[in-house]
Formats: sequence, C-alpha cells, structure tokens
Amino acid sequence: MLVAAVFLPLLGALIAGVFGRLIGNRGAHVVTCLGVGLAALCAIPTFFDVAIHGHSQVVPIAAWLSSGTFEAAWALRFDTLSATMVMTVTCVSTLIHVYSVGYMSHDDSQPRFMAYLSAFTFAMLMLVTADNLVQLFFGWEGVGVMSYLLIGFWYKKPSACAAAIKAFIVNRVGDFGFLLGIFAVYYLFDSVNFDTIFAAAPDKADSTVTFFSVQWHALTITCLLLFVGAMGKSAQLFLHTWLPDAMEGPTPVSALIHAATMVTAGVFLVARMSPLFEFAPTALAFVTVIGASTAFFAGTVGCVQNDIKRIIAYSTCSQLGYMFMACGVSAYQAGVFHLMTHAWFKALLFLSAGSVIHALSDEQDIRKMGGIWRLVPVTTVVMTIGNLALTGIPPFAGYYSKDTIIEAAHAAGTASGDYAYVLALIVVLLTSFYSWRLTFLTFFGKSRVDHHTMEHAHESPLIMLVPLGFLAVGAVIAGMVGYHNFVGEDRAAFWRGAIKVLANHDSIGKAHEEKPVVVLEYLPLFLSVLGFVWAYMFYIRRPDLPGKLAATFPGVHRFLLNKWYFDELYDWMFVRPAFRIGRLFWKGGDGAVIDGLGPDGISTTVVRMAQRLGVVQSGYLYHYAFAMIVGIALVVTWIVVPWAHWVGR
Amino acid sequence: MTALANFVDGLPILSLVTFLPLVGAAIILSVRGEEETVARQARYIALWTTLLTFVLSVFIWVGFDSSTAAFQFEERLEWLPQYKITYRMGVDGISMLFVILSTFLMPLCILASWEAVHKMVREYMIAFLVLETMMVGMFCAMDMVLFYVFFEGVLIPMFIIIGVWGGGRRVYSAFKFFLYTLTGSVLLLIAMLAMYFYAGTTDIPTLTATHFPVQMQYWLWFGLFASFAVKVPMWPVHTWLPDAHVDAPTAGSVILAGVLLKMGGYGFLRFSLPMLPEASVAFTPFIYTLSVIAIIYTSLVALVQQDMKKLIAYSSVAHMGFVTIGVFAGTQQAVQGAIFQMLSHGVVSGALFLAVGVVYDRLHTREIDRYGGLVNNMPMYAVVVMIFTLAAVGLPGTAGFVGEFLVLTGSFQANSWVALLAATGVILGAAYMLYLYRRVIFGELTKADVKAMLDLDRREIIIFAPVVAVVLWMGIYPTPFLDVTNVAVTNIVSKYQAVVGATASAPSAAQTMLALLR
Repeated sequence: MLVAAVFLPLLGALIAGVFGRLIGNRGAHVVTCLGVGLAALCAIPTFFDVAIHGHSQVVPIAAWLSSGTFEAAWALRFDTLSATMVMTVTCVSTLIHVYSVGYMSHDDSQPRFMAYLSAFTFAMLMLVTADNLVQLFFGWEGVGVMSYLLIGFWYKKPSACAAAIKAFIVNRVGDFGFLLGIFAVYYLFDSVNFDTIFAAAPDKADSTVTFFSVQWHALTITCLLLFVGAMGKSAQLFLHTWLPDAMEGPTPVSALIHAATMVTAGVFLVARMSPLFEFAPTALAFVTVIGASTAFFAGTVGCVQNDIKRIIAYSTCSQLGYMFMACGVSAYQAGVFHLMTHAWFKALLFLSAGSVIHALSDEQDIRKMGGIWRLVPVTTVVMTIGNLALTGIPPFAGYYSKDTIIEAAHAAGTASGDYAYVLALIVVLLTSFYSWRLTFLTFFGKSRVDHHTMEHAHESPLIMLVPLGFLAVGAVIAGMVGYHNFVGEDRAAFWRGAIKVLANHDSIGKAHEEKPVVVLEYLPLFLSVLGFVWAYMFYIRRPDLPGKLAATFPGVHRFLLNKWYFDELYDWMFVRPAFRIGRLFWKGGDGAVIDGLGPDGISTTVVRMAQRLGVVQSGYLYHYAFAMIVGIALVVTWIVVPWAHWVGR
Repeated sequence: MTALANFVDGLPILSLVTFLPLVGAAIILSVRGEEETVARQARYIALWTTLLTFVLSVFIWVGFDSSTAAFQFEERLEWLPQYKITYRMGVDGISMLFVILSTFLMPLCILASWEAVHKMVREYMIAFLVLETMMVGMFCAMDMVLFYVFFEGVLIPMFIIIGVWGGGRRVYSAFKFFLYTLTGSVLLLIAMLAMYFYAGTTDIPTLTATHFPVQMQYWLWFGLFASFAVKVPMWPVHTWLPDAHVDAPTAGSVILAGVLLKMGGYGFLRFSLPMLPEASVAFTPFIYTLSVIAIIYTSLVALVQQDMKKLIAYSSVAHMGFVTIGVFAGTQQAVQGAIFQMLSHGVVSGALFLAVGVVYDRLHTREIDRYGGLVNNMPMYAVVVMIFTLAAVGLPGTAGFVGEFLVLTGSFQANSWVALLAATGVILGAAYMLYLYRRVIFGELTKADVKAMLDLDRREIIIFAPVVAVVLWMGIYPTPFLDVTNVAVTNIVSKYQAVVGATASAPSAAQTMLALLR
C-alpha cells in the first residue's frame, strides 16, 4: 500500500503519456485520475497507521548510487512528516486532476497534460518519502522539470516558454546551493541517509569545518547551503522571480505548483532537516529573516497587481514566508501545519480563479471583471471561503495555523523572532487587504466586463465545481481537525521524532504556556478585519480612492507594480552579462586569442616565413656570391678581432 | 548458456572484438559490382559486422569478474622480443566499459549514415570499421607501444572521415584536428620513450609498479598531459573540437564525442595518475584551474552559439571538465564519477549529435534560427530530444546525473572551491540546453520548409530506442556500471591517496614550476 501510494501516479502518467493517442482523452482522464485517486485512497489509511498509530517504517526498493562509503538507495520513508505530506499531496492532487478534466476540455493535448500532472505528483511523492538526501534531490529535480514542462505547456506562446526556462534556471540556482549542502553533509557525516545523519548531528554541534577557505561552524554552513535550495524551490526573496511568471501555465498547474507540491518542498526540506537546523541557530535566524522579509515583500506587491492569478501567486509567496518564519523559530510543526492547511485553501483559491477565468472567456485582468457574483454563485461562495481561510478568520483553516506561527514568533524571544513577529502582523493586514480587493473587484461592485463576454459568462460545469466543494470543506475544517495533533498538546505524540526541537527552542510550547495579553491575542484578527474594511472602503464604497492614492505616491506605486524591479535587476546583472561574456569568450577568447595565436597564427606565420625564406633562394648567382662574401667576412672578423667575442656574448 | 560461456572463455575474445571490424572491412573491399549494389552491400556488411562485434563484446561484460582489480581476458604474444615489446591485451574495471561503449555506438553510427552518405559509401564504411578496430584496441592494449599505435591509429580514419565526407570547411577542420592531436602525440611519444629507457619495458602493469624519480615525473607528466589534454579536450586546447564537430558527418561527430574524447580521460586515469602520482599531486591545482575555466568559459560560449553542433561541441568541453576534475580529485567517488561521466557523456552527447543529424538530413542546415516549433510536426522527435536534453542537463534519473553528482561529491571532499565553481556548470548547463530546446523544438511552426519535415521514421526509431533505454537505465539503476569500476578504482585511489598523504607537506604548484625551470 505504501508503495502503491507513491507509484500509482507514475503508472498513470506513463500510460497516459505513452499510449495517449491510443486511449484518447477519455482514457487518459480515467487512468490518471484513477492513479492519483487510488494513491490518495492508499495514503489516507497510511496516514492513520503511521502518524496516529505510530507505525513509522522504511520500505527499501532498490540500490541506486554506491561508491566507496557513499550509499544512496531507492527507499520510501514513512514517518509522520512524510505521511502527512503524502496524504495532502495525493488528496489535493486528485481534486486538481478531476478539475482539470473539465478545465482543459477544450485543449487538444489533454493526455499529455494529464500525464504531466501525474508525473509531477509522483515526483513530489518521491521527494517527501525520500530516505536520503539524494533521493530527495531526485524528487526535487523531478518537480522542477515537470513544472518546466507544465509552465511551458502552451509551448506556442513565447511568454510561456520564457517563463518555463526561467522557472527551471532560477530553481537550478537554488539547487546549486542544495547540492553543495549535500556534499557538505557527506563531508561531515560520511553518509547521506537521514537516520545516520540525524543520529550523528548532536556530536557535530560544536565542530567546525573549512569550506571555501573560510572556517565555519559546520552545521551552520551546511544548513545555510541546504536552505539556499529551499529558497529556490519555495520562491523566497531573491529567488522568487520565477513564481509569478509560472502563471503562464494552465490554471490547474498553478494550483498544483502553489498548493500541495513544488513550492512546499523547501519548507518540507527544512522541517525534514530539523535535527540539523536545531544545532545551527545562525542558520535558523537567517531562515526567519528571509521568511519574514519574503512574506512582507510579496504582500506589498500583491496589493497592486491586476492579474487575478498573479495576486494569488504573490499570496503564495507570502504564505511560504510564514512557513519559513515558523521553521526559523523552531516551530516546524506549525510550518508544516500551515503548509497543510494552505494546500487546501490555496488550491481552492486557484481553482476558483480558474473557474472565473473559464467563465469570462479567459480574461485574467481583475480590472475587467466585477459584478459577476450572480452569474457564478458557487464560485463566489467557495472563493470567499478560501479568502476567509487565507486571511485567518476563525474557525477557518488558516486561522489555526497562522495564529500559531505568529504566537510562536512572538514567544521565541529572539531578535529574529521579534523581527518576524512585527512583519507577520503587518502582513496579516496586507493579506487581508489584497484578498478582499481581489474578491471585490472580481465578483462585486459595478461590472467592468465587456458586453460580449458578459453574455457568455456562465458557472463552471459540475466536474469543476465538485472538486471546489471538496477543497472548500478542507479549507473550513483542516485547521480545526488538525490543530491538536499538529501543534496542540498532542504534538509530541503525533510527530514522534519526525521533527526534532531542542527543549529550549520550543517556541510553540512557550506560546502555549504564556498567558498573552488579550490585546496581543486578538491583534491578528483585528488586523485582518481592518484589511477587510480597508478593501471595502477602497473598492466598494469609494472606488475613486485607490487611483488617488496611487497618484499621490506614483513612485511607490510603480515600485510595487514592478515587483521591486527584481526582474530588471537580474536581467541587468546576470542574463545580459552572461550572453555578452559568452560572445566575448567565443569571438575574442577562442577566435582571436587561442586560434589567433595558436593553430591559425602558427600556420600563417609558417607560411609567411616560408615565403620570406623563399625570397632568399632567388636563383641569381651574384646574390649567392654576395652572401658568401659577407659570411666569410663575418667569420674572419669573429676570429681575428678580439672584441668581437665580447660583443658576441 | 554455460557451454556457450565456456566456449567464449576459450577464445581470444579481446582480439576478436578488436579485429573483427577489420575483417568486415576486408570483406567490403572484396565486394565488386555496380556502384549502387556495392554501396548497399557495404552498408549491410558494416552493420552486421558492428552488430556481431557488439554482441561479442557483451560477452566480455558477462564474463567479467568485478571483484578483482587485475586485468582479465589477457592475451600475450611475442611481438618485438628484442625490445621487450609484446602484443598484450586485457581489460580491467577501468577500460572494460569503454570497449562496450565503442561497440555499442558503432552500429548506431552505421545506421545513422544509412541514407545520409551517398558518395564513396564503401570507403566510408571501411573507414568506420578501421576506426572501431583502433578504438577497441586502444582500450584493450596492455603494452604502451601497442597503446600508442592504436591511439594514433584512430587519427587517420577520423581525419579522412572529416576531410572527405564532412561539410563546410571540412579540410580546414580536418587539418586542425590532425595537427592539434599530432602535436600532443609527439610529446606523448617522447615521454613514452623516456619511460621505456628508464624502466626497460613498455608493459603497462610493470610501468604502473615502477616508481619514477619525482623530477623525471614532472617532465613525463607534461608529455602525457600534452597529448591527453588535447584529446579531452581541455581549455585552452579545445578549439579544434567545435570545428571538427561542425564539419564532421553525423556519425563522425558521434564517435568523436562518444569515444575519442574519452581517450584523454582514459589516458590520464591509466597513465598519469597511477604511474606519476607525485607529479599528479603537484599539478592537480593546475588541472583544477583549467577544468573550472573549461566548465564556466565553454558553458558561456555555448549559450551564444547559432549552430546546433557547435553548441553541443562546446557543452562537451564543459562536461569533460567534470571528468578531469574527477580524475585528479582522486577520491573514490570522484574517480568512479569521472568514469561514469565519460560513459554517460559518450552516450548522451552521441545521442544529441544523432538528433541533430535527424533534422540536418531533412533541412540541411544546423542553424538554430532556421528551426522552431518542431514539436508540432515531430512530436516523437521532441520527446526523444527532451530526454537527451535532460540527461545533458544532469537530471537525476538520467545517465547525466550520476557521473556529475559523484564527481562533485568526491571533489568536494578534496577541494570545496573546485566543487563550488564546477557546480555553477549545473546552472549554466540548464541554461544553454533549455535555450537550445526552446528555439528548435518549442514555439509556433511558421517556416514552410520546417512545416514539411516528417517525424522519426522506422530506421531512426531503431537508432534512438536503445539509446533512450540506456540513458534511463544508467540513471535509474547504475549499479551494474558502478560495480564494474568499483574495485579497479579503489585500487588506483588507495595507492594514489597514499602518495597524496605523503606529500601533504608537498611543494605548492608555484614551487613545482620553479623546480621544473631549475
């Protein structure tokens, strides 16, 4: 059953991918949905068996890499952490699969799309069930490449191709750090297997290493390198640029990338490596700061975007920041909890957005929406539920997980924790504002949809609405149901060593014990409501205000609208120089210098010298006679005149 | 099966595999008749010969004992007894898989030339068969003179293949290729003579056991380096490769990238490292520097290429940079990774050149901008190229990952800076390969002549199917390959590491250079 939960999606992908033309659209839909669906059915009892009843286990599959003391085998590791992930991934992915059947019904390469989705899911499952860092890297690269293929699914669009390449390459920059992290782990522990590393980590708490000519605290540099990988995959500040562009893919892809798979891999990695991170406080502080800064950055940008999917994309980026914030203050459980609840409501939000786009004949600009709630009532309701969950209104899912993170950051009592706490509160306000802005502009107020589109606007078919319904249920209850086990009193019994927290780092515990001031306890909720009111004022009551505000601060508005100019900066710093240097090396280095001085230069020199020497052989007798006389004269001088020897030296 | 195995055991199988292609060449020579029939028969004879050779070579693998580092399937014949030069053949864990690689690629090359080559088909096939003999013989040779004969022998058919059946500036490229490699070879010859006069033998196992004086090692090392570095090719003696690739026929490029480049890495591993350990230790920083430059420099150059073959050629230089790093890092993972990288690069880059050949046969241009949107009318081709592209990028689960990863893992243990800088190749590699893929395969299908191109035909499917299978096999279950090299590498590495340990207080590279000048 454990094996089936991971490999059924692969089977579905292979059948749909290889025999796509043979079995047709219908066949591909059935196989892939069945593959992932059955995997989900296997994953749920597995979750109860492993996480609730405590039957952690490792299922060996086959040998893989082995060289000297280096061993990395194919194996499936099931503990609470991976069982949670497997369940979340397969369930959300199943719903996305079903939704895609409806959403993509007009596309002409559906088998390919379904195969990609399933393969993507499989890669993510391999990632979370890995028993060593190298298999984790396999899944890691697997989701990377599948996202490349999915983002570039509509390969005729140049923008889609560009976004796909960008996603892969920015991820590779992260992978570069991750790889070095793996090497460092092997250097330190002589192994890449989790059990061995984790067992040996406490002994290495004080050791130092010299990497790159600098002496480091061993675990700090290792964790920092690994975290660079996490930053790439989870689109954290500096390596986030690929995520908004990834919206070029079909909407179900965005849902899959943003909800359960891919971007959560970074958070998962940090949670998985918690036994190492716990001994690297500097690295943890770094994680906190990056997480908090990302949450803030993405929140600010999300407030001014106009593309419905982009807003949600920045929201994802921001929520991932929360998760890292949690990990950084050693509240990994809260991070994973938020990951899980976020998977439900973010998939819900994306698929609802897809439903809107579907209804409005592929319109994505919220400035050209509005006033359509009567036409798409179900979508309106579920998207509102998603927003309530995202903005942390009790009793929706996000409230439980996000509040725990904020409290943990407050309770951590470190400088980085305080930094995170302040930003986290600001971001609550921002999140609420951009979410309700999105909702109001999309569904309510005066319609700005053009006449023609409005006539065709329609609610989505049942095959898309049913998954939305399930996700909505998840967005309502996931927090309530999970709270006690994930971050409540039962958390120690639930996690059972899958996550390690040192006693003095236990910020969740501290948050529980502390009797917080009432004001602080309700502050996030208050801010969330404030964001709602703000958005309501701006987009329902006084729709003229946003324009005025933007006109008052044109610089700030442009800065945010252009996403802090990261793309332009990177283009100027990396992309264009790479091409310029490449051309220089090619024409200058290879062409002029190496070939010019080397083979071509030598051959022309030889030819030229041969020609010069050829002149000497003129064939005239008197030339030769003259040369002989000069020669004799020189030799005689050499012998006779004593100072000639001296000159010769 | 055992009866068959016993029968095979009794045969001089290495010589058979080596010289069978030559027999095939002789048969082709004897064919008479109309030009058309001669061409057809030459093709079939070459195909069957190479297939039979491949099947025979598989028996080497089947019978190979991977628990020992010793040479196996040994054959010995007196050749020039007065000079103690023998015809001695054998394979160990280092060389065995290269024999298989050569024999595996050969039938694919013949098939790839099936329709593309029209003129002087008979001579073309003969050239390839002679080439195969030289390559296989080189990897099997246990005597340095024998090695040298094969090593240089490879040059001649390759020179002819580029110069006669090539395109563009084929004569320029052929001469450039020939002169570059020959210059190196002359120095190799001198070094070999010096070793012979010192040790009194050219027997490779004996030479490996001989300890050369350190001062002498430095000179010998440079002699070998000159030859092997050109073959690899290492920066800055790589400029022959892009030209040779661009102008060589498809099959020529496959062999060039697939096998010829491996001769350099193999030479370093067979001669430089075990025979001249002190010098190798001393010059490791030098190798690191050149290799890291190769990876970054040629990756950037690959990014701006307009010609598909040139792009892949430059990527080869970058990929081979990992090999030289791996060999001289001298740890178990690095050396095993280097061998694996050579094998996987042999298959993957060979496959990429075959893939370029497919579209070149249809449109007769290699210019990237002339293509675009191939996925629309050649979906199968798009899938195949995607697999090879990902393998070239080093995606886990494909052949490209294992070698690159092991090399980097191993070299990080030896020198973290080198691993750091070399790992940037991981990013750049993704950039130039995906950029190439996007421009050729993705996008809208707009050009009329590109629209008319047909997807893979049966012959091409037959060519690509085994390559795809091998690429995935090597990526998902590389154990059989790693097993073969394991003990042999441990043997080399443990001896080498002893020297590394002894020279821990060794002179720096600068001091070494000074010592050389003195």
